[in-house]
Amino acid sequence: MGEMSVTSELLEHEEKKSLDSREFGFWIYLMTDAVIFALLFATYVVLAKNSAAGPTSKELFDLGHTAGETALLLLSSLTFGMATISMSEDRLNRVVQWLIVTLVLGLGFLAMELIEFHGMIAQGAGPETSGFLSAFFTLVGTHGLHVTFGSIGICVMIGQVLVKGLTLPVRSRLIRLGLFWHFLDIVWIGIFSVVYLPGVM
Amino acid sequence: MTHASERSLTTYLTGFVLAVILTAIPFALVWGELLTGPAVYIVIAVAAVLQVLVHLVFFLHLDLKHTPGENLFFLGFAAVLIFIMVGGSLWIMMDLHHRMM
Repeated sequence: MGEMSVTSELLEHEEKKSLDSREFGFWIYLMTDAVIFALLFATYVVLAKNSAAGPTSKELFDLGHTAGETALLLLSSLTFGMATISMSEDRLNRVVQWLIVTLVLGLGFLAMELIEFHGMIAQGAGPETSGFLSAFFTLVGTHGLHVTFGSIGICVMIGQVLVKGLTLPVRSRLIRLGLFWHFLDIVWIGIFSVVYLPGVM
Repeated sequence: MTHASERSLTTYLTGFVLAVILTAIPFALVWGELLTGPAVYIVIAVAAVLQVLVHLVFFLHLDLKHTPGENLFFLGFAAVLIFIMVGGSLWIMMDLHHRMM
């Protein structure tokens, strides 16, 4: 009996160590992702004025729409934080509830972004129109794609929490997904500060 | 346990309120056209940098004492890479633009 508990203690210790190193690996991935976004930002800044006699940012951007997207994403960061807190309190149902709220806010953000893209393309301001629009769709679209994968991740984690419970690996995955989600909100700060706000001035 | 989670609830809410304020300032300035010229860009840039720091500290729980050194090292490394690549690209392209005028 004593030997068994020593073994399981060792196993748990090893599992914790392996999960810690995964978290570190995920952090490195986030940093490389930050470099990708930084270069897309640089490309956008260089091309922002090259509208090739097509529609300019001032004609296309709607600050109210951007403020709505910003509010949804910031709120979703807070609600993911609430899910993390519920996890530390071992309240499984609360975790699932907050993850669902986060998912709804994330999907709301994506819906607003798709409406914006659709409206721009319908006006003849698609990515093929000018250097400015190519850079805009690449930068903002890449962020949207990240939010899409984050939303898929939230769906998967809701399933895992419900099926497997709050086990050590599930907690670690939820923390990593949280890092990803908060990271996307940081990228969005850059997008409204570099793209939208200067774009309407 | 309850105490620790209360503290982290305060952390998230503090971060959220600070983020809302730092978002509202640049939006209000641009929306109401309260400021013009280079000053607006400076306010937008400062608010953005501050808000990134708020997110790192209150949402990603970055802490100079408790976050593992490797994580901070890679954050710093990424910041240096971004500074060289973005700063360098903008410098070259703006200079080129200037010479083409």
